[in-house]
Amino acid sequence: MTDSNQEQPSLRVRPYLVTGGRTRSTIDLPLEALVLTTPAGQAAIESMNHERRRIVELCVERQSLAEISALTHVHLQVAKVLVGDLISEGFLGSHTANASPSVRPDVQLLERVLDGLQSL
Amino acid sequence: MNASANPIPVKIVIAGGFGVGKSTFVGSISDIDPLTTEAAMTKASEAVDDVGDATSKKSTTVAMDFGRVALSSELVLYLFGTPGQDRFHFMWDELIRGAIGAVVLVDTGRLEQCFAAVDYMERAGVPFVVAINAFDGVLRHHPDDVREALDVPAHIPVLVTDARHRAAVRDTLVGLVRHAMMQASSPAPVNS
Repeated sequence: MTDSNQEQPSLRVRPYLVTGGRTRSTIDLPLEALVLTTPAGQAAIESMNHERRRIVELCVERQSLAEISALTHVHLQVAKVLVGDLISEGFLGSHTANASPSVRPDVQLLERVLDGLQSL
Repeated sequence: MNASANPIPVKIVIAGGFGVGKSTFVGSISDIDPLTTEAAMTKASEAVDDVGDATSKKSTTVAMDFGRVALSSELVLYLFGTPGQDRFHFMWDELIRGAIGAVVLVDTGRLEQCFAAVDYMERAGVPFVVAINAFDGVLRHHPDDVREALDVPAHIPVLVTDARHRAAVRDTLVGLVRHAMMQASSPAPVNS
């Protein structure tokens, strides 16, 4: 796997400083949850601080939580808290946020995945 | 990615030992260059709400590679490689949550490296297939021998793949999804 010690060009603060020390989000997002900036989020971009702003700017195009973490170089757990906050505040939307993240796909969804894979 | 109003994300986990070809496997089929996300390896996954406690811990990071495949305008598949080392197993619960299932990649030259992944998936009741990565296109051990060596139950598929080739990777994922469909319609007994 990738060497985790390589120097990243961006955000290098203690991970939980930006979340006020919290390591749990009120919204339980899975890694693959897709997130999109809302019109309210776009309108509020100018007033946002560094990390929140970068996330809201990034999610003008739909991104997963994992992509947000990777592209902003923010630890996954931190990204989860920040994104959860931004969803709670109405600046980001995720239609997967309310579904139970622990439930495995049902047979109907698996059939669609199978069709999709076979058409690759 | 933007073609549909609300594409559904699904996830498959690629597990196996260090250096078995997980990143190669993901990269062979991903629409994007695989990305790396980092997670803090503190006790962060336990609710630690006290500021002093959370910030005083030594922060080690664990890196996970992942890729993305658009299966249709309404469906996007994420492939997550597990961190190779055993000490990072704490991340697996998060990775496997809500996943279609897992591909356990096997290098027959270092079979013991996948024991932990097979054990984990069996215990967790996660649909999984074992995929022998035939390096250089050469299969050095028969799948039946690998099944026996790993003590994999008969209902778990043991496949042969080549992590470098998109078609082989796709076929392996198809094998997993078929297996997950069977398990979803008739749940396999949970191994004790």
